[in-house]
This record gives sequence, structure tokens and C-alpha cells, in this order.
Amino acid sequence: MALVAAYSATIQLTMFDTITGNFWVPAAILSALFLGLHLVVRYTAPYADPALIPAVALLNGIGVAFLRRLDLAEAPAAERLTYPIFAGTGGRQLAWTLIAVVFAAIVLLVVKDHRAISRYAYTLGLGGIVLVLIPALLPGRFSEINGAKLWIRIGGFQIQPGEFAKLALLAFFAYYLVRKREVLSLASRRVLGVDFPRGRDLGPVLAVWAVSLLVLVFEKDLGTSLLYFGMFVVTLYIATERVSWLIIGLLLFFGGAYAAYLLGASVGGPFANFYQRAEIWLDPFSDPYERGYQLVQSLLGLGSGGLFGTGPGGGQPTKIPEVHNDFIFAGLGEEIGLFGLSALLIVYLLIVQRGLRAGLAVRDSFGKLLAGGLAFTLGLQVFVIVGGISRLIPLTGQTTPFLSAGGSSLMANWMLIALLLRVSDAARRPVEGSASARPSGATASAPAQLHGAPTEVIKP
Amino acid sequence: MNAPLRRVGVVVLVLFALLFANLNWVQAYKADEYRNSDYNGRVQIAEYERERGVIEAGRTALATSKPTDGELKYIRQYPADEAYAHVVGYNPVNLAATGIERSEDEFLAGTSDALVADRISDLWTGEKTPGGSVLLSLSKRAQETAFKEMTNNRVGADKGAAVAINPRTGAVQALVSMPSFDPNPLVSHDTNAAEAAFDKLDSDPDKPLINRALSETYPPGSTFKVIDAAAALENGYTQQTQIPAGPVYRAPTSGTDIRNAAASICPESQVSLREALTESCNTGFAQLAVALGADKIKDEARKFGFGQTDLTCGRLNAEGLPVATSETGDIKNPDGGDDPAALAQSGIGQNNVRMTPLQGALIAAAVANNGRQMRPYLVQKLLGPDRTTSHYTATPKELNGSVVSSAVARELQDMMVNVVENGTGRNAQIDNIVVGGKTGTAQSAPDRKDHGWFIGFAMKDGQPVSAVAVFLQEAGSGGSGEAARIAGQIMRAVVTDAEGS
Repeated sequence: MALVAAYSATIQLTMFDTITGNFWVPAAILSALFLGLHLVVRYTAPYADPALIPAVALLNGIGVAFLRRLDLAEAPAAERLTYPIFAGTGGRQLAWTLIAVVFAAIVLLVVKDHRAISRYAYTLGLGGIVLVLIPALLPGRFSEINGAKLWIRIGGFQIQPGEFAKLALLAFFAYYLVRKREVLSLASRRVLGVDFPRGRDLGPVLAVWAVSLLVLVFEKDLGTSLLYFGMFVVTLYIATERVSWLIIGLLLFFGGAYAAYLLGASVGGPFANFYQRAEIWLDPFSDPYERGYQLVQSLLGLGSGGLFGTGPGGGQPTKIPEVHNDFIFAGLGEEIGLFGLSALLIVYLLIVQRGLRAGLAVRDSFGKLLAGGLAFTLGLQVFVIVGGISRLIPLTGQTTPFLSAGGSSLMANWMLIALLLRVSDAARRPVEGSASARPSGATASAPAQLHGAPTEVIKP
Repeated sequence: MNAPLRRVGVVVLVLFALLFANLNWVQAYKADEYRNSDYNGRVQIAEYERERGVIEAGRTALATSKPTDGELKYIRQYPADEAYAHVVGYNPVNLAATGIERSEDEFLAGTSDALVADRISDLWTGEKTPGGSVLLSLSKRAQETAFKEMTNNRVGADKGAAVAINPRTGAVQALVSMPSFDPNPLVSHDTNAAEAAFDKLDSDPDKPLINRALSETYPPGSTFKVIDAAAALENGYTQQTQIPAGPVYRAPTSGTDIRNAAASICPESQVSLREALTESCNTGFAQLAVALGADKIKDEARKFGFGQTDLTCGRLNAEGLPVATSETGDIKNPDGGDDPAALAQSGIGQNNVRMTPLQGALIAAAVANNGRQMRPYLVQKLLGPDRTTSHYTATPKELNGSVVSSAVARELQDMMVNVVENGTGRNAQIDNIVVGGKTGTAQSAPDRKDHGWFIGFAMKDGQPVSAVAVFLQEAGSGGSGEAARIAGQIMRAVVTDAEGS
């Protein structure tokens, strides 16, 4: 939090040449908030991974400070010095953080044991599918923003159900795969040295593949589709330990995407949007003012930042379109440079790896799948959006977890963290009766010891 | 299930490593390219962070920068509007800059090597020192007189140009292209409005954006006879040498009849060279050109500056405003021999002979400066942001060395003074000042009106003070006389300004 406060102070210094008395206020509010969450965690999940909350808090704090910096840049010069704390996108984000953290606390309080979630797996799965499909079925008027049908808009209020569906679906996948994994992993045919599953077992996989392609086509959103599919394939792989699933999944996805590209080029229609995105990705500078505008400006922003950036408040991130949402990483990149972005990436990596470690350490299959899936989804989302804005992969509309403006994304991701905390608590809780096996705090060596420990894994 | 989880961890690591590698590519390897990309709006913002220097002439600011509230911190303003537009040019947000704004861009913007000390001190102070100031050689009174007289000319010409230079130094005293334009809308920060203003000017059939004084060439008509006369004097002729004349002349092989402007002009079979120039005798000079031969005429024209392709007018040690190449044409038959018909026409400044108004002034200047032709320049001084450090002061230098011997130059001066005192150039007379010159009427196209020309010089106390060319495009009857009158007004303004300061 000291980092966040220093970041805010630097922004003010660069933008106004002075530090006003209130730079510390958002940071202090957030500090109080995260301290509160920490207390809740201490009380409800005393063994939870201590690295998660500070890491996420850092990202969230920088997000809030950067959004406030954008508000200041857009505000008329005269009002800047006295810009209220809760005004603008930054202020809203601060309020959303408040709500999201409270939600996370509630999740921790209500879900005393992650295995309890599995009891509601089918409900969650159904709910998840409904949430995914609502925007696709709603008329564009209620669901479309910037060409992507990802939203439910009621009045001035909008939520992105996909963010929550992600969690619900993952819980369902985890439960379903725990039940079915013997079948999926045992029954197989060997082709070219790789075990391939039986035809009829491919059913659910193909169904999810179809759903993600439907998302791709009807919600015009490659990123979400990739996210769902990647999430599913990876949970499947973790559950079955079959590399074949990965191969099948990747082939299906890339095959589908390439087919969509070709279809977009020849047929157009629902595939045209995807084709366009791919074309922009291949050569953004061919149409720098119209279709390639976003990506071009994002790259220029990143490039202008260079190694060290222009310093917080010193750049022109408002030149980048959608810098509050999808392109926040590019906006940050201009001001904190390659070094700053690398630091942020490492923080993300830390969260993901701590999540995976919780999965490794926890003893029940459902928990392993849940933690592994959640952590991987988070990492994949970061990869999809950051890769998109830096032209590593075709650009797709995704929020950057914890940084981008937006209540849905923030709440969903905080709930994700709450679940990871819950799983990690279970993982690190001393086993009753054999406390000596895992002295608390010896996390580094814990997974190695655990590897040989009896789990529910059934080796084929 | 732990083994795949570990592998997933590795996959995530690989994905993040890819991100990291790609960010390195974008932010380190390609950073410079992206930072300076044309599409990068930050380039402009950075340019407008620093107050752009002032362009001024005679202690009058012609281009200034005013602070704004917007993203671009300064807006360019041109208080003099149209009168200086072609010299000063304009520096728009998105469009291409022109004029001195373009040629001295680095100094004005504060990014030139000369101002590196200021930029280094900016690093410590955190301030943005404004760019340097450019002082033009223009005489305020001459420029404004030229602009006023040109736009209010009495023959109704709506296009033309006027140039005045100091024959002794080459300093441009006045430079006007008509019609002019208001540069202020072009530098609007509203880029759409600026583009609309540019498109409107660009599509105007009168082409106001063209600098007719420098970048266009026109048939010089009878003003070219000064070069014929110079060639004749250098080849043994004197002022009193009798040359064949007559009411009509047709070149030996073919071609059209060449006549004089009026039947009263040199109808006799022979006329002195001096008289021929005074009356502007077409038949005389056409035959003179044929008698001297194409090579001598072309040679003489080249010495006066025709055919010079790399002339620019701005700072003497750097690029300036581009100047079009004045041409005489080949004047040869395909077999390499002279083409007498073309030669006769070229001798009176027609056929393929074309020159810029600046070239006209350079001819007069060379004659006035006793044969020494000075390189023209517009930038007198470059001042640092503190307005005391001088980074450049124009040191006059010769353009083409000695064009003609001083003896020949004096003969030409004498003949040209006679033109103004007793011949076609009477309108250019100024009280108490010796004025010499030559009028010209040039056919433009069969269905268009004739161009009016005057090139001339003013001598004060035996020293040349100004050389002027005035060009009135498609002015019609009385065009050359009006050009002479305007030239006289400009030279008088130069003399008055010189006395005042």
C-alpha cells in the first residue's frame, strides 16, 4: 500500500508539480479495506496463503490509482487539484473494490469448506450456462457494447455475467470431472503412442467446444471463448492426466479458430468480426486510423514508454482508446515502462503459482481441480489480454484482472481469490493427528513432501 | 493429479515468458520506431510542449505562439495575416509546414543543435525553454507597400508577385505573392477545420498557396533584353552600336513575324543599342539575338542565374524556401545548329524562356551591384530564447561570382536608367533617387491577356539600395507600366525605411 500511495503521490507530482494533501486517501481506504479482509481471513481461514492478498491488493491499488490519474487527465485543468476522491472512474473503481472485497469476505464466511461447493455443482453449472447465454440471446440493445455482446444492461447499470459464469462453470467442471475421471482416463485407445479417449467420452468435450464456438460467433468475443475452452481443457487434463486431451483441445480450438478465419474471409456474416480481428493482428498499421486504431495506439503507447516509462503522470495514456478497460496495461506501460510492466507480470505470476501450489497441496481432488482451474484461468486471462494489446496474439476484449475498470470483473476476480484462499487454507491446514508432517510455514518444501503422500489420485 | 498441475504451472510460466519476451520486443526493440511513429499523437504533443520561437521582421512579430488550455499547449498565430504569408509560411498540426516555418523549423522548435545547451539546462530546471527567434531581412515598410500596391493594382490583375532585394547583400527586402491567404485557420488545433481550410485554399483556381515569387516561372518578355544587351556589350557592342531594326522581322528559316508593340517604335532600319532598349525594340533585339547566336545568349543568361537548379532562399548556410529553376530552353534544332526562329523569339523573352520573379530581381541586382550578384537570403539573424545570444548572422556571399565586368555593368546601368527616365519605364521614377529598369510584356497564351513585368533598381548616392522585380500575371494592357509604378513604390519604401532606421 505504501507503493500505491507513492505511486499516487508521483502522479500528482508530475501532473501538478505539487503534492496535494489527499494523495494518500485512496491508498488509506484500500489499506483499511485489505486489512479488514486480512482479519476476516485470519478468523475464517487462518492457514490461507499469506502471499495472495498483498499481491492482489497491490494490483488493485495500482489499478485504482491509475484510473484516478486518467480521470485527472480528462478533467478540466481548473478542477484537477480539487478532484473529489470518489468521482470519475477511479472513484467508482474504489467503490467497486469496497464491494468486491466485502463479497470476497462473504464468500470466505459462507463457504467454510471448499468441498461444500461441490454439492451445488449442477446448480452452478446450469447457472453458469444461463449466465453465458443470456447476453447472446438478449437483443443487442441490452447486451452489446463496442460490438461484443457480453453484457446485461439494465438502465444505466451493466454487468458482465461471463465473469461470474467463469467461476460457476469451473466449479461445475471440477465436480463433473472428479466424478467422471476414471472413465475419461481409463478407457482409451492408443494411437501413435498417445492414449486417446473413446469416441463416446468425447461428448462433453465436444459440447463445451461447441458452446465456446457459439460464444465466439454470437457474442463476437474470441477472448471469452478462448478462456472457457482453455479452462475446460486444462481442468480435463489435470483430472485425467492425459496429454491427449490437451492435444485434442488445442487442435479443436486452433482448427475452429482457423476455420472461423477462413469462413470470415469467404462467407463473412457472423465470422466477419473474427476475420477482421485476425487481419488487424497480422498488420495493424495497414489501417491505422480505422480498424487498426486501437492496437496501433496501444503499441505506440507501449513503445513510447520504453524501458523505464515516462513516469507516473508523465505520459499521455488518454491517447490510447479504451484505456480504462481492455488497454489499461498499455496505458500503464507508457508510464511505468517495461520494468514496471514486468513487475506487474511477476505479481500476476506469483498469484497464479500460489494458486496452483494450493491445488498441489490440497488433498481432495475437487479442491485440486478447483484451485488449479481458477489459478490457470486467471493466468490465461492475463495472457489473453496482455498478449492481445502487445500483438502477441489477436486482440480480444478481456478485462485485465484487478486493474481494469469494471465492477463485474473486479467482484468475480476477488471471489476467485476468496476461493483460492479457501482452498489454500485447506491445503495448509495441519492434517489432524499428524501435525508433525507439515509444520506451518514450511511451504517451500511442502509440495515435494506431499507428492508422495497418498491422495485420491488413481493411477491407471 | 499433481504431475499435471505442475505441468500447468510450467505452461503458465511459458505463457508469461512469452508475454515478457513480447513486451521486450515492443517496448525495447521497437520502442524508438513506435515513439516517433507518424501515428503517435504524443509526437505532436511533445512538439507543442515547448513554446515555438517568434518569426519577426523589423521588430514586428509575424508568427507567435500563444498558450492554450488544450492538450497542445501553444497555438501558432500570424498577426500580419496575409501580407507575409508566403515568406513566413505556416506550421500546422497535421499538415505539412511551409515557408520559414518549415525551413527554420528546428531552430524555432528549439530542437536544433544550436540550442542544445538550453535543452540540457532544461533537464536540470525542468522547464521548457522556448525555441529560438528568427529575424527576417524583410523591410516592414517595403513588404507592406508591396502587398498593398499589388493587391490594389490599377490594371485589375489578381495574380502576380513582387520581390525586392538589396543588391549589395542579397537580403530580400520584400517578397509578395498574389493572391495571398490567411495562415491562421490552417494552424487551428481542430485538425478537421484546418484540413478543410487547406482544401479550400488548395482547390481555389487562383492557387493562393503557391509562392509565385519563387516557385513559378513565367516568360520574361522584354525584361530579357537586359541579358541580350549584356551579351552584346560583352561581345564588342557599345551603347551607340547601330543594330538592325525595322517594323517587322521574320527569322531566316521560318517562324512568325515579330513586330513591335507600337508602330512608332523603331520603324527605322537601324537603331542604336541604347535606343533599342529604351524603346523596347522587339525587331532590334530579335535580330541581335540571332546575330550573337544561341550559345552566347544562353551563356549570358546562365551567368545571370538561369539554369541554376539548387537555389534556395532562406538562410545562407542552410536550406531555405525552394526556388524554381529559370530556363532559357535549348534554342537549337535537332541537328545541333541554332534554331533562328526560336532564337529570335527567345531574344525577346518568349518561346521557352521562363524565369521566376526572384530571377528578375537578381538580374537587376547584378547590374546595380556592378556585376557582382549576391546570393539572396531571407533570414538575417537567429536569436536564442534569451533574445541576446546570436546563433547566426547573415554574412552576404556571392551567388555566381562576377556576372559581368563592372564596366559592362555600368553601361547597363546607364541604359536602364535611360529606360526609366526617357523610355518605357517612366512610371518607376522616384524623386531624388536614380532609378533604372526594364519593362516587359510577355505573351502567356493565345487566348489569355499578356503578363506585365518590371525589373529595376534604385541608386542612392551612387550606391545601389534596392533591386526589384514586379510581375502582374495576365494583367493585359498597361500591365508593364503598372508593374513599373509598383516597383517604384516598393523602392521608395525601401529608401524611406533605410532613412528612418
